[in-house]
Amino acid sequence: MNRNLVLSGRLFLLIFVFLGFILTGCNQSGKRTEGEGSGDFEASGALDQETQEQLNIAKRVFYSLPSPLETAMLIKNAGAEYNEDLLNPTENTSQYITSKSKALNLGIYSTDLSYASLFDQTQATLDYIAAAKEMADGLNILDAINEETIQHLEDNINNRDVIIDIISETLMNSSSFLKENGLEATASVILVGGWIEGLYLATSLVGTAELEGNKLVERIVDQKLSLDIMVKLLEQSPEDEDAKTVLADVQALKVIFDQITIEQGEVTVVEDPETNVTTLKSESSIKITRDVFKALKSKVEEIRSSYIS
Amino acid sequence: MTKKGILLLSLVACMFTLPMAMNAQCKQFAKNTCKADLDPYQHDGNYHAALLIEGEEAELYKTFYSDRNYRIGVCGANNLSAIEFKVIDTRNGKVLYDNSLKDFEWKWDFTLESSQQLKIMVKVPVPDGNVDEPEEGCVAIMFGSLDD
Repeated sequence: MNRNLVLSGRLFLLIFVFLGFILTGCNQSGKRTEGEGSGDFEASGALDQETQEQLNIAKRVFYSLPSPLETAMLIKNAGAEYNEDLLNPTENTSQYITSKSKALNLGIYSTDLSYASLFDQTQATLDYIAAAKEMADGLNILDAINEETIQHLEDNINNRDVIIDIISETLMNSSSFLKENGLEATASVILVGGWIEGLYLATSLVGTAELEGNKLVERIVDQKLSLDIMVKLLEQSPEDEDAKTVLADVQALKVIFDQITIEQGEVTVVEDPETNVTTLKSESSIKITRDVFKALKSKVEEIRSSYIS
Repeated sequence: MTKKGILLLSLVACMFTLPMAMNAQCKQFAKNTCKADLDPYQHDGNYHAALLIEGEEAELYKTFYSDRNYRIGVCGANNLSAIEFKVIDTRNGKVLYDNSLKDFEWKWDFTLESSQQLKIMVKVPVPDGNVDEPEEGCVAIMFGSLDD
């Protein structure tokens, strides 16, 4: 009897230790992929053979999407105007019950929040940070946006730089919390939600304006460059149902983006020794027809509508 | 419970809590050191940090937009040697920046005439000589942008 107890105790400990190892390996940010060392770096000191072999088969790969804040900055810098009617109404928060809808709308509300704050819309900024907080709380993202954050924002509501810094901090808090807790798929879905909202705002704001020479259209076309990054990011979570359905939406958009042509020349690096700023000089041209733009706008509206309803 | 049992349980508890504590430290490091030093560039809110060991490489893919001013910051914990990084054009593998030619500067400020997808290759160097137990520490890759 005693011997059985000791044995089951040891078995329990063994399982516990095994789980510990698994969890240790899971909560690291950035996925490891198989592949040889890049060969881009010169060898320096020497590691023992076993360690070097392990490093050669496992390299961390990160895919970085435009954050909701960066998306809103790109829209504003392209000369777009503010239109509150385009934002996802904050009254919709109570509709979002599933983790997928909460994640997508955390991204969507974060983009709306960033967009409103960049245009100094104080009431909308307060409303949208509250909506984002509700989504983050619903996802159990601890302290991404807490009462202190809201108070700090209210105290500085007329200081755009501080507000932008607060938004950047809350985005980083959410992202780091999710990645450190092995919830990379949720972090990716949030980013896709924010990205779709940015595309919706941008395509809506272009409206019927001329496409050629239109800075906002250029920014929309530029998103083609991020599509394969988005696909690879979502493919890193093949077992996650939410990531899989969002990936299908991204693939549907890719079919339309593939009809847009971007031609880019060779990059020349020019350093300015006075400012220490390097310029990557290159020529590029884009080609997008009105029909393709219409198809893109319509698909974005369809996807966004399915996310917010 | 025997002393052996207490010892084992403590060991198991450490296995659970240590990685979490190290990751939390990684976030604090990224926030307090790397993000803070991006100033006056505005951090984009993205978080890319991980615990890497000496000799380990990582790579990051990101689109950078035309007519924007960017700062890439690659920061490593104090127990690691200066982190090496290169910025590469994903279309043809051309190296656009290599910090080993710039005294391992932790940041690079640049602007682009055309939007580009770039790859940032990062390596934690191994100190000269044989290393039996490589050090592990936090490495963060952060981006800031600045309006014209």
